[in-house]
Amino acid sequence: MPIIHIDNKPYEVKDGKNLLEAVLSLGFNLPYFCWHPALGSVGACRQCAVKAFRDEQDTKGRLVMACMEPVRDNMRISIADSDAAGFRKHVIGWLMTNHPHDCAVCDEGGSCHLQDMTVMTGHNYRDYHFTKRTYNNQYLGPFLNHEMNRCIQCYRCVRFYKDFAGGKDLDVFAAHNHVYFGRQQDGTLESEFSGNLAEICPTGVFTDKTLKQHYTRKWDLTTAPSICQGCGLGCNIIAGERYGSLRQITNRYNGDVNGYFLCDRGRYGYEFVNSKERITEPLVRHYPGDAANGQPVLHHVRNRMKAGKVIGIGSPRASLESNYALKELVGAEHFYLGISENDHELVSLMLKILQQGPVRAATMQEAAAADAVLILGEDLTNTAPMLALSVRQAVRRIPVQEVVSSIHMPAWQDAAVREAVQESKGPLFILNVLETKLDELAAGAYHTAPDNIARIGFAVSHLLSGQVPEVTGMSDEGKAAAQKIAAALKAAKNPLIIAGYSSCNEAVIKAAANVAWALKEQGIDAMLSFTVPECNSMGLEMLGGHRLDSAIDEVMNGNAATVIILENDLYRRMDQHTANHFFDRCKDVILLDHLFNATAERANILLPAATFAEADGTLVSNEGRAQRFLQVFTAAGSMQESWRWLLQIATLNGHPVLQHLAHLDDIVVAIQQRYPVFTGIESLTPPADFRMAGQKIPRETHRYSGRTAMQANLHVSEPKPPEDEDTALSFTMEGYRGEPPSSVIPFFWAPGWNSVQSVNKYQVETGGPLHGGNPGKRLIEPKVNAQTKFYMEAPQPFLPLSGHLLLVPVYHIFGSEELSVHTPGIAERMPAPYIMLHSEDARRFQVTEGHLLYFTDKGHQYALPVIINDKLQKGAAGIPVGLPHMQVAEAPQLVKI
Amino acid sequence: MKERPLTQYIPDSGTLHLREYEAVGGYAALRKVLREMTPAEVTALVKDANLKGRGGAGFSTGMKWSFVPMDVPGPRYLVANADEMEPGTFKDRWLLEGNPHQLLEGMIISAYAIQATEAFVFLRWAYKYAAHEMRRAIADAYMAGYLGKNILGKDFNLEMQLHTGVGRYMCGEETALLNSLEGKRATPRAKPPFPQVSGLFGRPTIVNNVETLSWMPHIVNNGPEWFKSLSYTGDGGTKIYGVSGKVNKPGAWELPMGVTMRELLEEHAGGMKNGYRFRGALPGGASTDFLTDAHLDVKMDFAGVAAAGSRLGTGTMVVLDDHTCPVGFVHNLEHFFAQESCGFCTPCREGLPWTEKILLSLEKGTGTMADIEQLDMHTRLLGPGNTFCALAPGAMEPLQSALKYFRDDFEQHVKEKKCPYAHHSH
Amino acid sequence: MLSAIEIEKITHELQHVPVKKAACIEALKIVQQQRRWVSDESVADIAQILEMSAAEVDSVATFYNLIFRRPVGRHVILLCDSISCYVMGYTKILDRLTSLLNIRYGQTTPDERFTLLPNACLGTCDHAPALMIDEDLYRDITEQDVESILDRYP
Ligand SMILES: Cc1cc2nc3c(=O)[nH]c(=O)nc-3n(C[C@H](O)[C@H](O)[C@H](O)COP(=O)(O)O)c2cc1C
Ligand code: SF4
Ligand code: FES
Repeated sequence: MPIIHIDNKPYEVKDGKNLLEAVLSLGFNLPYFCWHPALGSVGACRQCAVKAFRDEQDTKGRLVMACMEPVRDNMRISIADSDAAGFRKHVIGWLMTNHPHDCAVCDEGGSCHLQDMTVMTGHNYRDYHFTKRTYNNQYLGPFLNHEMNRCIQCYRCVRFYKDFAGGKDLDVFAAHNHVYFGRQQDGTLESEFSGNLAEICPTGVFTDKTLKQHYTRKWDLTTAPSICQGCGLGCNIIAGERYGSLRQITNRYNGDVNGYFLCDRGRYGYEFVNSKERITEPLVRHYPGDAANGQPVLHHVRNRMKAGKVIGIGSPRASLESNYALKELVGAEHFYLGISENDHELVSLMLKILQQGPVRAATMQEAAAADAVLILGEDLTNTAPMLALSVRQAVRRIPVQEVVSSIHMPAWQDAAVREAVQESKGPLFILNVLETKLDELAAGAYHTAPDNIARIGFAVSHLLSGQVPEVTGMSDEGKAAAQKIAAALKAAKNPLIIAGYSSCNEAVIKAAANVAWALKEQGIDAMLSFTVPECNSMGLEMLGGHRLDSAIDEVMNGNAATVIILENDLYRRMDQHTANHFFDRCKDVILLDHLFNATAERANILLPAATFAEADGTLVSNEGRAQRFLQVFTAAGSMQESWRWLLQIATLNGHPVLQHLAHLDDIVVAIQQRYPVFTGIESLTPPADFRMAGQKIPRETHRYSGRTAMQANLHVSEPKPPEDEDTALSFTMEGYRGEPPSSVIPFFWAPGWNSVQSVNKYQVETGGPLHGGNPGKRLIEPKVNAQTKFYMEAPQPFLPLSGHLLLVPVYHIFGSEELSVHTPGIAERMPAPYIMLHSEDARRFQVTEGHLLYFTDKGHQYALPVIINDKLQKGAAGIPVGLPHMQVAEAPQLVKI
Repeated sequence: MKERPLTQYIPDSGTLHLREYEAVGGYAALRKVLREMTPAEVTALVKDANLKGRGGAGFSTGMKWSFVPMDVPGPRYLVANADEMEPGTFKDRWLLEGNPHQLLEGMIISAYAIQATEAFVFLRWAYKYAAHEMRRAIADAYMAGYLGKNILGKDFNLEMQLHTGVGRYMCGEETALLNSLEGKRATPRAKPPFPQVSGLFGRPTIVNNVETLSWMPHIVNNGPEWFKSLSYTGDGGTKIYGVSGKVNKPGAWELPMGVTMRELLEEHAGGMKNGYRFRGALPGGASTDFLTDAHLDVKMDFAGVAAAGSRLGTGTMVVLDDHTCPVGFVHNLEHFFAQESCGFCTPCREGLPWTEKILLSLEKGTGTMADIEQLDMHTRLLGPGNTFCALAPGAMEPLQSALKYFRDDFEQHVKEKKCPYAHHSH
Repeated sequence: MLSAIEIEKITHELQHVPVKKAACIEALKIVQQQRRWVSDESVADIAQILEMSAAEVDSVATFYNLIFRRPVGRHVILLCDSISCYVMGYTKILDRLTSLLNIRYGQTTPDERFTLLPNACLGTCDHAPALMIDEDLYRDITEQDVESILDRYP
């Protein structure tokens, strides 16, 4: 490791880094703007200037930009040097010539990188006395504000949006001091990752528009470490509240999972927490007698449970704790997984593959480092968006590595490396029923039906391993594709195979496993990544339960009287006719959930369940990583965690196990005792009695303001703040002010660093793991020496059937997820219902774009407007999944037109 | 007068076409190179001649070529920098309009030396006539077998393209030029990697000035010693010098490297116009430091001008006379530089408009002594290395020297609250 | 919609570049040559041919001085305002132009005959002051010349 001398003191630094990274990692405060650990260096802002000396004799030195300078052994630099410090101060002076002095009304104020750097450099007197240039702002859609006058031209926005995330509609325009960052014309930013601009932009040009609706300064938010509920990837987030409403989601750095970024569903899909549709109080319906006699609701519940056989239906979007509590309460034999038959088949298969097979599930960070990627039947941008971002980075990595050695430039030399790389890309192959946004990066993108996708996968594994039989009857095209893919994967060191739930096809998952296993057999360190539909799909499957179909049978056969449903809208799990029938036959339906949904309409007893923002709990991500989310604030009224409701019910019932549990720590321990697969979740976060220097960890910054006045309209005296008995966090600003353990970081802040850039201070090295390790615990690891049991049977090829179409689900990042659509911005971005056809099929059924297409499923008629897309497999029809009020037949299935 | 190899055959008006060029020995050097020399020998020859680049920086051309990695597979490129947009500069135009084949032959020889497969002339948009002639010359050269496949029957191929720019001073900066050739915004690139290693489309690329490249046929024909002998000084060859401003005979001349400023001004430019006195001059375009009458005997070569505290630059001189306000003069320059900043790095993008505004306020009589200090500060802070490319440091050269030599004028603007030259009409 | 000629010319340019994007500036020049300026619609059309986004094309278009993103007159006057022309008194030419045409820099005469633009050094400093109208260069001009020069452009 090289030694560098900073202001005449030696320091050991990591080879291959640039000076800026190195000094930040050492804990120095060196200001910067254009550099970003995920984006690398371009040397535009000139803010990170330091003095570099040739040798000990050199006293004059010269200014260099730290971000552009590789560390070298025996390098001598000075940060404190007056020329360097003076220059850095003047850089701010220049930026301030045009930056408006509007901090007081700027949304970025108090969490602004520019403010921090201004203070850091000591620029506090303005010499410039001429006019400032001004710009017009643009309308950028529901997620972001645009205030161009504040721009300091660091180019980070375009570098993230275009170069990193592959966006097309944000760019830099004009030249000299008129450069403008925005869209070509007003309009909604198209990228699914646009929200990161609010964090990437070091000043208030791009700010969170949803926050503006209920604006709060960073220092006035009560925040907690949380986990995104938007999909199964488990991105780490920080959620912030004030006055009882959730106001903002920001990234919580986790080097293994989401790194620095989030997708827009995750960032903006939070407003369901504040929805008017929230169930805020218990409700007892259709029992006039009971309701009138004023009994506490839990007595009703107990009575209902005594009335007959009780079954429980769990949920893939509820925490492990809540699912466990229900399972324990009703007894394992009466606990049903609240997911469709299809989802269960798929997720249980994935689980089996990951638990029993020899190939491990990739972290998102590992995925980004893959050197070849095969995607089977997933449109990642819409089903697992952040994984799509990882794939983008992976595809870029191989050629970068090549040029790094040929032009002797480190990979962080972003512009130079991009130039040398040009358009070359690492091998990515995509097999999907429809085109995907990643296709533009692919060495091969094939659009075909799920069964055919599986067949190509099987064919690839056959080419890689003699154990997998040849797929008979392959088309020439399919054969050629398989050969190309097999060759590319075989040449790789860390290939990644991705499949998942959205093709709704077991054979596709098996094919993915076969390919990965065959590679492993060849001694290649392959990785798998399976997408799962919901934030705790994997956890629920690991907990285990009976199929939802069996629950339906039980009720239909009259064997069950009372059904307790946990955070689940069964209308999303089956077609509406079946659901109606099911509810008609239930005697009692007890629902614990957040929002009034179709299932809530049918429930007799509603218990208001806290959302992730008001609850503590554990989720298991697609990777098998257990992660803890902590409550941000205490919900108003009676809302509380489902598990807490269930424990209270159990106590009332005198349940032998549950009645002894009261707190998060208790239940977590109980879970791992009962289910060893969950061993380790106990220590995901420190226990409730954990203290640092004798104190709790505050959810509020020590600058939190207005506490005594917040409730002044209600009480004269300041109410006692709520206490958190479940975690080591306090709900106030009192507590330990230093850095907490990585799993319970409620906000990023360091002296002098009020913006999100302060995350540098929490990392072992810039861009590296958090101090004490990235949070989360992987519960699933491969069986290293497992005897590989390949799947032998490839499905039959898909053939269009006359008079029929194969309905295939089409997922939308904005629209397909149940809760996020209750956010105005997300709802605005949601597509209208449609049925997507290939133009030949449209001709076959004599419909054109916009026409209604009628089809029947289980005797029921549906009608949807047609849209044409020739990238779709002929004979298939795409229908959007999960849109609210779109009660449609199950997909995939063959329907008659 | 000594020899004028670059310009002697250029007709007084019009262009030397292929036949005429061949008649005076054109393309003989190319024949010789392809017949007798290896690429390495050509590079060695140019290195021996110690030809220094005529684009402004004066870097040894042979040395530059020798950095091209010859062992990496794939294409290599050669670019003639014909963007000439430095205010006060009009020397390449003469060569481009008058003798395009000399440039082409020079390019083909250079391309052979670095084994380039494709060459570009990046021509300034305003040079319409040159574009017309260059297009014709390229077509003629293809017809005659000097370009294309198997040039002169030898195993060497070269495609030549003419690219006309769309107006940006930055396009002259070699890395920005490459971006522009790639169809992108003409923002500069960081060096390293140097274009020789990763240039156009990320491939090894040589960018040379028109005047530099035009030398190749002559150096091949006559050898390095001859080249050195043309000069008065250690920097070999002749140089195209020019003078503009209030002189009797503004123009451009090819003269031995190292003529004095006095000779240029008095003998070639015919001295100052009647009623005008010489106060100073930018010796080599807008981004060079002023020299004054104290420097009239400075030898105009790279070392000589540098010793006098300026740069030879393009060798085309802009004269400041006693009726022209030095503050207004510099304001005009800083306005140009501020406008032409690409907007990539902070000091240049924000600093130049600031100096421009100060200079304007001085001209208007609203400037202060503190403003002058701000100017001083900018000349220090926008130095080489502090900004991303050489545009802003270049922009500071006339300003810093104006502040040095004409400080009284600046202060007079503050004291009198007006431009003391306002009554002079140009 | 781009005309057949424009498309043909752009397609021809594509043969000379290793990636389509690299023809961006050429494509802008081609369109401007045909239409005098480049409209939003043309930007989108070019983007489509070159498989770029409209924003990306516009990012390039707006960078350069001589790609006109707003309509210009039938003739564009580019008056050199750089240093030699400054010393030689280009401002008088400017005054003359603005008074004859009654427009300022950046403006177009109501009859769409002329657009007046400032321009950096035309590279003819020994013949300052200078200006260009369309493709024609005028050098050593005096105030008196201006009117007759303009007369040549209907
Ligand atoms: C802002 C700027 C503008 C430049 N303009 C030109 C130019 O118009 N023509 C030119 O030959 N060199 C120009 N140069 C210098 C080139 O970057 C480069 O050094 C030169 O083309 C190399 O050629 P040479 O080695 O033959 O001199 C410019 C440099 C800068 C920083
Ligand atoms: S908008 Fe923000 S991120 Fe983009 S250049 Fe300006 S300051 Fe930088
Ligand atoms: S952070 Fe180093 S130049 Fe911008």
